Amino acid sequence: MAHYLIIFVVAVFVNNIVLSQFLGICPFLGVSKRMDTAIGMSGAVAFVMTIATIVTFILQKCLLEPLGLGFMQTIAFILVIAFLVQLVEIVLKKISPSLYQALGVFLPLITTNCTILGVAIMVIQKNFTLLESVVFAISTAIGFGLALVLFAGIREQLSFVKVPKSMEGIPSALIAAGILAMAFMGFSGIVKI
Amino acid sequence: MSRAIKVFLNGFIKENPSFILLLGMCPTLGTTSSAINGMSMGLATTFVLICSNVAISLIKNIVPDKVRIPSYIVVIATFVSVLELAMHAYMPAIYETLGLFIPLIVVNCIVLGRAEAFAAKNNFMLSAVDGLGNGLGFAFALTVLGSIRELLGTGMIFGVSVYPEQYGMLAFVLAPGAFIALGLLIAIVNRIKSRTQNV
Repeated sequence: MAHYLIIFVVAVFVNNIVLSQFLGICPFLGVSKRMDTAIGMSGAVAFVMTIATIVTFILQKCLLEPLGLGFMQTIAFILVIAFLVQLVEIVLKKISPSLYQALGVFLPLITTNCTILGVAIMVIQKNFTLLESVVFAISTAIGFGLALVLFAGIREQLSFVKVPKSMEGIPSALIAAGILAMAFMGFSGIVKI
Repeated sequence: MSRAIKVFLNGFIKENPSFILLLGMCPTLGTTSSAINGMSMGLATTFVLICSNVAISLIKNIVPDKVRIPSYIVVIATFVSVLELAMHAYMPAIYETLGLFIPLIVVNCIVLGRAEAFAAKNNFMLSAVDGLGNGLGFAFALTVLGSIRELLGTGMIFGVSVYPEQYGMLAFVLAPGAFIALGLLIAIVNRIKSRTQNV
C-alpha cells in the first residue's frame, strides 16, 4: 500500500507532469484562462489518460513484446490513442450526455496532448505492473489537474493587473508558471525516489 | 528561387514556431537545460519535419481527404521511429538526455501543423524548404534559450566556461528557470516586433 502512496505523491507533487517534466504545456497555457475550462480539461485528461494507459500497457505486453515489435511502439501507441479518443467521444455521447456536455469540446484536443503518449511510454520505461501503471496514470492526471486549476486561479487574478505591453498574455503567464514551478520545487526531497 | 527563400525566411523568422507562433512548447521548455541539448532536439525535429513534409507532399493526391490527418500522423510517427532507432544506435549519450522527448516529436504540433498548412498544398521541393526553415527556426530558438539558461545557470555556453560556476543561478537550469527565461525571451521578441511594425 505504501508503495502505491509513494507513486501517488511522486507523480502529483515531486515530479509534477507540467511543472517539472514540461509535458502538456499547450493545454496548460491554452485552457487556463478560466477556471471552468481548466476543470473540464483536467477531467477529460484524467479520463482518457487512465483508459489509454491501460490499453497501451496491454498492447505492449501482449502484442508488441511477444512478437518482438518493440520498435513499433511509437506508431502503435499514437494510433491507439487517436482511435481511443474518438471511441471515448462516441461512447460518452451515447451513455452519458451530461458528461459529454462537460468534457466534449476538450476531447478532440487530447489526441495531440503529449501527456497521454508521455505517460503511456513512461510506464513501459519504468517497468511498472498493470496496477502500478493505473495508479501512476491517475496520479499524474491529478497532478496535471492540480497544476492547471492552480494556474487558472492565478491567471484569473493576473488579468486584472496592468503589465507592460510586451509582457501581456503569454510572457507574464510563463513567468507566473515559473514561480509556481519554484513553489513545487519545495516538494522535491519529501520522497526518496 | 526567390519563392524558396521567402518560404524559408517565413518559417525561420517571420513565423518562427517557438517565439512567434508558440508551438511545440513542451520540447522548448523541457530540453533546453543546456545549449547543446536544445540544439540536438531542434535538429532532431528538423529531420522529422523535412522528411514528413516531403513524404506528405508526395502522397497528398493519393490520400482521401477524410483520412488525411490519421495518415499524416502515421507518416510522422514512422520518421520519428527511424530517428529514434538511429539516435539510439549512433548517439546514445544525446538519446539518453533527450529521453522521452524523442518519441514525443510525434505529438509536436509544429510537425502536424506544417504538414496540414503547407505540405498538403505545395510541391515537394517547396515543402522541403518549408520544413528546413521551420525546423532551423525551431532549432535556433531552442539553442538561444538553451544558451541563456546554461549561461545564467552554470556560467557556460556549449560547455565553454564564461564565468566561474559558483556565481551561477542553478534555478535557471531547473524547471522554474525554463518558464521564466522563455517568458522574458518572448517579451523581448514582442517588443522588437512592435518596434519594427511602428517604423
